[in-house]
Amino acid sequence: MSVTILKPGMLSSLQDGGRPGHAALGVGRAGAMDGPAWQLANALVGNQQAEAAIECTLVGPSLRFEHAAVIALTGAPIAAHVDNIPIPMWTTCHVPGGSVLQLGGMAHGCRTYLAVRGGFDVTPVLGSRSSDLHARIGHEHGRALRTGDILPMGATAPLPALRGGGDVRPLHWSLDPQPWFAFETRPLALLRGSHWSQLDESSRQYLWGGHFILSKDSNRTAGRLDGHALRLQAPLELISEAALPGTLQLPPSGQPIALLAEAPVTGGYPRIGQVAAVDLPRLAQLRPGDTVCFHESTLDEALARLSARQQRLNQLLETIAQRLAQV
Amino acid sequence: MEQDIQYETLAEDALLLRFGDRIELALNAQVQAATAHLHNHLPELECVPAYASLLLRFDPSIWAGADGQHPHQQLQAAVSTCLRDTDQANAVPREMVIPVCYGGEYGPDLDDVAASCGLDADAVIARHTTGDYRVAMLGFAPGFAYLLGLDPKLSVPRRTDPRQRVPAGSVAIGGSQTGIYPEILPGGWQLIGRTPLHLFDVDANNPSLLAAGDRVRFRAVDAETFRQLLDEAAAR
Repeated sequence: MSVTILKPGMLSSLQDGGRPGHAALGVGRAGAMDGPAWQLANALVGNQQAEAAIECTLVGPSLRFEHAAVIALTGAPIAAHVDNIPIPMWTTCHVPGGSVLQLGGMAHGCRTYLAVRGGFDVTPVLGSRSSDLHARIGHEHGRALRTGDILPMGATAPLPALRGGGDVRPLHWSLDPQPWFAFETRPLALLRGSHWSQLDESSRQYLWGGHFILSKDSNRTAGRLDGHALRLQAPLELISEAALPGTLQLPPSGQPIALLAEAPVTGGYPRIGQVAAVDLPRLAQLRPGDTVCFHESTLDEALARLSARQQRLNQLLETIAQRLAQV
Repeated sequence: MEQDIQYETLAEDALLLRFGDRIELALNAQVQAATAHLHNHLPELECVPAYASLLLRFDPSIWAGADGQHPHQQLQAAVSTCLRDTDQANAVPREMVIPVCYGGEYGPDLDDVAASCGLDADAVIARHTTGDYRVAMLGFAPGFAYLLGLDPKLSVPRRTDPRQRVPAGSVAIGGSQTGIYPEILPGGWQLIGRTPLHLFDVDANNPSLLAAGDRVRFRAVDAETFRQLLDEAAAR
């Protein structure tokens, strides 16, 4: 049971829920940038565990299923064909052994997830199958997928809802991508950071009202925001302390940096904001050149939205599991 | 010790305990003592110690209070109670000895460092091996330890032209700090020697050789011993 990578796409890597618990050793969490999309892809193939999926970036890979498989695509809308037959996203699809899945470019957004039933069964490193491209931890030292890579798939029982073999067959239902993928740009909720009050007056105003552009230097470690340079009232000399995904740092250049999934575990730049956790998947779906703006959120609002989203996601995961169990 | 701690909410699942804002052995010792204590009493928290602060990551859905209290308030109360009876004196640090081959191909910047300090190379080695160091924190890369305790006389500026590939095991000085590169990394610190030990191994039970709070000493070895130790490390 395996998959062969025929073309790697722009940047494709294995990702799961990441490896929490090792930051004190200098090891970050990594993991899927758009967590809910990754979870839904796993749910759609009936994976009970938090299995690794392929995270594709802007242009997806082409790969061959050496055996029949059950797959699902979620996240950014992408052109997908199995043996030249277009297949829908946000649903479950049977693909025959020997078939080739070709993923093209993304119409919107930046990251698409491909899950397979049984998961990509590479050896976990520090409890996770995520590739930390920056720290070089994970399958094959955490590198991106390459042409010729062979990824084993975990063994599983057939899915009741997709009984029988044969051709490329998607289910007759699919999920509404909304609200899990946002087609329109809305401001991201931002909490005040520890050093927000030390920005000068015009920088504070610009942070809430102004537009930034996501730089092409952005990656899984950080999103660099071009635009009006932000300034502190006076320079701050800080000593290094723990850093987090979602933190908006201000380096001396004045161009803020939003730390992402592969953020280093420590940093010494002023922290001017923290992107609300509920909006991190939307930040992950922005592509270089996209506009980024922020609106101020309180911790209470951020916690309430996070908890509401989690409830909604849990309900959906349960519904999917029930429907997949039906013959 | 708990009355000196400032609590900062960093994110929905993150609370920072600030003990101070300077790089100081005594402050860092408080951080290590708190880390050890919380690790024992609230093991569900992820603790990330730094020079003068300690980050706690937690599950906000578990710490949310029934009475509408913030998870951060609940957690802060629990942490504050827990740290009230921390006895700093009882923490005995682990002592780690790191063999280093100084100078030559392993420490290409040793002569520059010596010139910059107004010492000869042997005096730099003597001062570096006399030092009694503490691991203040790990960061920058997996297993990279920031050490406190460098002889102020050995403080030298970082290189103006950082290297793209610093060899694994390089022992270096950057400003008033000294550290060891656990793997091939870009870096601007001055390289004075190299250790044959593996600092980080994801397959080991304890992936990082060094942990925050460890006491560290450097021991000078010659090139032959270095190669011998390197072979032993590779055979393991």
